[in-house]
Parts: sequence; C-alpha cells; structure tokens
Amino acid sequence: MKPPKFRYFAPRSVEEAVALLVEHADEARVLAGGQSLVPLMNMRLAHPDMLVDINGISELAYVRPWDGGLALGAMTRDATLERDTTAAARLPLLVEAAHCVGHPAIRNRSTVGGSIAHADPAAELPAVLLALNAAFEVRSRSGSRTISAQDFFKGYLSTDLKASELLTELRVPGLPSKAGSAFVEFSRREGDYALAGVAAVITLDEDGTIADARLGLCSVGPAPVRPQAAEALLRGQHPGDEAWDAAATAVITGLDNPPSDIHGSADYRRHLASVLTKEALASAAERAERNR
Amino acid sequence: MQDEDFVTIRLTVNGGTHRLVVEPRRLLADALREDLGLTGTNLGCEHGVCGSCTVLVDGQSVRSCLMFAVQANGHEVMTVEGLARGGELHPLQQAFWEKQGLQCGFCTPGFLMTAYELLQHNPNPSEEEIRSALSGNICRCTGYQQIIEAVQSASQAVAGASATVPSGTGA
Repeated sequence: MKPPKFRYFAPRSVEEAVALLVEHADEARVLAGGQSLVPLMNMRLAHPDMLVDINGISELAYVRPWDGGLALGAMTRDATLERDTTAAARLPLLVEAAHCVGHPAIRNRSTVGGSIAHADPAAELPAVLLALNAAFEVRSRSGSRTISAQDFFKGYLSTDLKASELLTELRVPGLPSKAGSAFVEFSRREGDYALAGVAAVITLDEDGTIADARLGLCSVGPAPVRPQAAEALLRGQHPGDEAWDAAATAVITGLDNPPSDIHGSADYRRHLASVLTKEALASAAERAERNR
Repeated sequence: MQDEDFVTIRLTVNGGTHRLVVEPRRLLADALREDLGLTGTNLGCEHGVCGSCTVLVDGQSVRSCLMFAVQANGHEVMTVEGLARGGELHPLQQAFWEKQGLQCGFCTPGFLMTAYELLQHNPNPSEEEIRSALSGNICRCTGYQQIIEAVQSASQAVAGASATVPSGTGA
C-alpha cells in the first residue's frame, strides 16, 4: 500500500499556509498529525493532489490559559495535552479524553486541530469539546471567524470548515470551580476507536442538587452528539441512580441511528451509550461533590 | 536543477547522517527499508494499527508508516538497529531473548522501540503501565505475557546497571 502522488508544501507560517489553501482550495488537503489522513492515503481512499503540511508552523502549537479556560493551538499534539499541567488544573476532562486517543505512538503525532477538522464521529475530542461549549477559530484570506462547536460539526466527517480555511485555535471556556467532569469509553482494545464514549460535566448547587449538566457522546451517530433533552432532565435533580437512569433513557431515545458494524450493532451501541452515560454522570457528580 | 517530483532530505538515523532524494509520498518506513537498507523496521498493516513499524523520531515513538520521509527532514530517527552497541544486545533485547518475548519476531522491532520509549520516561513501570504503553502493538504469537515479563526484566536490569555505576564519576 503506497499513497498516490501529491505535491508537497511545508509552509512555516499561518499566512503562508492560508495563501496556499486559498490558491489551491480544490486540490489541497491540510496535513496535521497525519494519523487519520495518511492511513486513508495509504489505502487510496483519499488522494489529494496537494498536501499543505502544517507541522512546521510552530506558532500553532501551544496550550495557554484563556478566560478561565484554555486556548489550544491547532497543532498541539495529544501527547502534549495529556501531560500539560495547566490543562490538568483547568480542564481535567480534556486531559482525561486526550489520554484515550489512540496509542502512545499515535498521540505523539495526532493533533487536537486534526481531530476537530477531520470530525471522525468515533473521535473523543469532538464530543468532549461539544460538551465544553468550545469554539474554533479559523483563518482565511479575509481574516478570521469563530465557530461554536455546536455549529461546527455537520455530519459524518463533515464540518463547517471551508477548503480555503485553516483551523488555528480551539477555545475552551473554563468550568465553575465546583464542577466535576469525567470521560469514559469502551473499546475492544485500549486505544482503539471506542464503540461508544461519554463526556459528562456536572455542577452542583449549594443544596447539593444539580445546577447544570452537560453531556457529549462519540461513536453513536454520524457526528458527535450533545443530548440536550437529557441535560435538561438532570437540572434541579438530586445526583443518584434515579437521575442517571432517567438521563440515560433520554440519551438513547434521542440517538439517531447509531452505526452498526462488525464491532458492534446499533442496539449494542445504544446499550453502551446508556451504561457509559450513567458511569460518566456518577463519576462527574462524585468529583463535583469533592470540589464543593 | 532538481525535478520537482523529488525532494532532497537529510536524515540522521541511529547517529549517522544520510542525504536522500525522495518523492514526497515516500513513507518514512519505506525510506528506512528501501533507501537505507534498514530492514529491521517491519511493515505490517501500513495503516497505523499494528505498531510493527514503530521507530523513534526525536526520541518519540511514531508509526513510520504514517509519516512521510520528507517530514523527518532534519530530524533524528532511531530504529531497532540503533539499540545494540558494538555487538552487545541492549538490555531490552537481552530480556526479550531471555524471557522468550518473541516467536516469529515480526512484531519485535516495534515492541522494542515502544518499550524503549516507555523506559526512557518511566524506568520502573508497573505491569499495568507496560500493558498500556504496548497496547498499540499487535503480536500474533506470544499472547503478550512473555513480552510484558521481558519489559519488566529489562527495567530491573537497567535499574540494576545504573545502581552499580560507581558514585562520583564525572561530577
């Protein structure tokens, strides 16, 4: 298996990369960590005429405090995020999810921006960033625009990003200090694509009831899922099995056609979504209780 | 003048510098095997699942089937051929030999390089940490148990060797 021929450009700045993408929007693909694109090219499922390799753009690799949360440069490697102490202190959910991405040798290359732009429904970060109300900055010749995660993910491997635009930054708002979060997933082998995964964020009120709950699911539909009906059910409830059961039921009722393949049927994925939702909520609530 | 279909790159592999003229689509794995004759790195699945082609780039494990050689331009690559020193096996190789951490040996270079990176960061890993670090490498022969034992044994050997280094040297 060998990738088809392509023309190769390795710009050193965002401006240079954007200029290339604008000029060659029809034929160019951005090469970030390459952990999804290169397999597709090796199998000749993807055959871009031109690659714009952004690995040399060092200004795109950073994790910075931003507005109580974090700003992540698109070329931040998952291995970097996984070990970042600022991220661990501010948004431990991101670190927990980054650790679930692939295997160590994958995470050494894979990038947060690549995961978002590729929008594989089985990927962890899109679901987690959806739950965290993240927004993404993209640059084009005419300037930049910011797209909320909610508006960004359109469907299977499909996003609001245009071929002439470059994803440059992920902005993730902070959580209240009393919030607790958790990410859980199930896969056949550690590091393989999850058959289902759930991110949960819970904030508790003074009286111990749920002030706010957020969920994000991967691998259970054509795009990451934010089950707002389940979130609404949880507000005002007391944390516990009764609330988790009701939320899990609402989650699977709202699922639109989970994938069915040799690794798991749609029914099995619904079952996993239910079990993992309860697990993630219980774990997030326990952590929120500890932070209270 | 150079044909625009080819690029000249400079790779440092196991300490030696090489100048190569490659197509941009040349995978790092193929450059190592075909252009440099370093056939210790094995290609299994060629889409990043099996871990067989794992090498280190600037000290970090990567799938050499998911990286183009041109992307390694100016970087340092270490392959399984870089482990032994002067005909003497690296402690990891010695441990794989002693614990029978291989049968057919096809996956072994990938396991060795992945374990090498693990021990660099974590000289005394627990069994769970070893299993997690090696989770991306597939072995169809051993059932993994002896591989885990080999890495444990190597970590003890490395720890033992550094403990016996006379104190006060080089200070």
